[in-house]
Amino acid sequence: MTGLGKLFRTTAFKLSFAYLVVFTLFAFVTLGYVAWSAQKLLTDQFVSTIESEINGLAQQYRNGGLRRLVNVVERRSRTPGASLYLVTTNVGERVVGNVGALPPGVIDRVGQFETFYNRTDETDTKPNVALVRVYLLPGGFRLLVGRDIEERIRLRDVIHKAIGYSLLFIGVLGCLGSWFIARRVLKRVDDMTDITRDIMAGDLDGRLKVAGTGDELDRLAQNLNDMLDRIGELMRGMREVSDNIAHDLKTPLTRLRNKADEALRTAKTQDELKAALEATIEESDNLIRIFNALLMIARLEAGNAREALAGFDAAEAVRDVAELYEAVAEEVGVTLDVAVESGLPIHGSRELLGQAMANLLDNALKYGAAPDGSAQTIAVSAQRIGQEVRIAVADRGPGIPEEERSHVLERFVRLETARSRPGFGLGLSLAAAVARLHEGRLVLEDNAPGLRVVLFLPLKEAPAPQAALPSAA
Amino acid sequence: MRILIIEDDKEAASYLVKAFRETGHVADHAADGLDGYAMAEAGDYDVLVVDRMLPKLDGLSLIRSLREQKVETPVLILSALGQVDDRVKGLRAGGDDYLPKPYAFSELLARVEVLSRRRSSAPSAEPTVYRVADLELDRLSHRVTRSGQEILLQPREFRLLEYLMKNANQVVTRTMLLEHVWDYHFDPQTNVIDVHVSRLRSKIDKGFDKPLIHTIRGAGYMVRVGSMEDEE
Repeated sequence: MTGLGKLFRTTAFKLSFAYLVVFTLFAFVTLGYVAWSAQKLLTDQFVSTIESEINGLAQQYRNGGLRRLVNVVERRSRTPGASLYLVTTNVGERVVGNVGALPPGVIDRVGQFETFYNRTDETDTKPNVALVRVYLLPGGFRLLVGRDIEERIRLRDVIHKAIGYSLLFIGVLGCLGSWFIARRVLKRVDDMTDITRDIMAGDLDGRLKVAGTGDELDRLAQNLNDMLDRIGELMRGMREVSDNIAHDLKTPLTRLRNKADEALRTAKTQDELKAALEATIEESDNLIRIFNALLMIARLEAGNAREALAGFDAAEAVRDVAELYEAVAEEVGVTLDVAVESGLPIHGSRELLGQAMANLLDNALKYGAAPDGSAQTIAVSAQRIGQEVRIAVADRGPGIPEEERSHVLERFVRLETARSRPGFGLGLSLAAAVARLHEGRLVLEDNAPGLRVVLFLPLKEAPAPQAALPSAA
Repeated sequence: MRILIIEDDKEAASYLVKAFRETGHVADHAADGLDGYAMAEAGDYDVLVVDRMLPKLDGLSLIRSLREQKVETPVLILSALGQVDDRVKGLRAGGDDYLPKPYAFSELLARVEVLSRRRSSAPSAEPTVYRVADLELDRLSHRVTRSGQEILLQPREFRLLEYLMKNANQVVTRTMLLEHVWDYHFDPQTNVIDVHVSRLRSKIDKGFDKPLIHTIRGAGYMVRVGSMEDEE
């Protein structure tokens, strides 16, 4: 597309052009009206002057006869800027007046009209135009009184010329203006296009220029910049997460590789090789678990699971998971103290809440052992507090120091004291992601002593159909 | 058992074909949805293992079309999309079971075997009383007896035993138990299921000569008469 073609296609140019056409039309109508009014005013003035002169002269004739009329006409004809006068006999012979040649027959037409004429005192043969009125005097004489309207014609010409020039002027200026505005806007849009193309090509730090005029292009540029900032933030977050993942997967992958390598070099019997292979598979399964957990967190945070949400009873889900873990707790000498209020309808995923609860109970069992080794209790509770469901898992273990609490919700974060135990540092992150998906939150509290993990989920009084599951005894 | 694997990833498919053949099954392979559809419709298979993402005809559409053609072969869906709603979509399309990738072959095998068994016994003919040796479970009265002696079980233990006995002589994995007894589909990371099974075992097998609940190493559990070679 040529530069000019591009210019003509801009919105700014089209708009300016439309304005130009409208404005020109408006100017034309206005000027036209003014010209017409001026002409009309002048004509009216002529008509009334002629009218009063004829009345005056007719009066003179009636009072003093022809002689008196001739005297008056002669006197008036001599004054500068005089009107046109002519008195003739009934056959058209000239008696007195300052009008020379007239087109034939004019003097016989009684009434008011425009005609060509020549003055007697002018040698110029070019006829002028006059507005005249012919009056029939008693006794057959004719009286003609008129005004030269060349003046009016000149005025009309001047006005017409003025209109023409104005229109030309408006047109040229308008076109120039449109071109200038379009160019200006086009340049800014072109700049934006160039910068966004650069950004698309990988220059993520590029930002659009904000001219500071506060116009719509500025606002657009500002919004685009804000959007780019937000995208940059998200990308940095993503990069951080993928760096973390790469880092944390490197350790188990290296271990896996080394184990296989070692087995290949040192194993002598079939059984030793088999054992090494089994260990390798186990290690791979752990890696797969990490991947699955990470994927799940990522999907929850992306909000992809939102469509799978439905109404269900949180109380039942909590009770089910507690029952699932009760046996394993008992095995390690821990009592699960379950206090669940019945009927806690929420909108969400029973499956995901179950998984989150499983993670919390798993954590409590792993890390919630009292330092002195006394009889253990993990308290699981769920109750309604205002418009929220509060689900808590509380242990009597060492707890988490306050300054570490927000930190442990991040992916892969494991406290020093937990490093010796199996785990990946994803359980709490996943539970927090589940809470966010349910438009709730996960809070870590001091159980004095111990840790209390609390899930706050919004209560949803929708008529959730009660699942016909036999309740856990 | 004749198994048709519809999977476009050549490596994964040949691994599955080999593994199924090694465990004594007949396994065929189709590399895209259209071939898979034709083979499934024509051949007499016991189970179809269908990948969700397939060229030419995707997994879910394939299953839907088969069901419309009244082909009722049990289908296990394999999917890299292991999300809650994906499972629901898969089962709604007519799938019978759903296994997210990556999976252990032992898990897949156990599920495929259970699916094929379900096919050979009509669902309406499900007995009201399950019997394995001298162990009896009455599904209507919720009574469990061994050698005529009543054994008292918690409701959850009853459902656990019911599921194990329903699939007697077949391997049942931990995730299958979590799915069918607790209705959760996540990966039980700790030994939660093992503890429940060992509790059940202590009620069923303690004091009797022949144990009935067996642990299958690296796979899961099985209820059957007689000892197993690879039992721990």
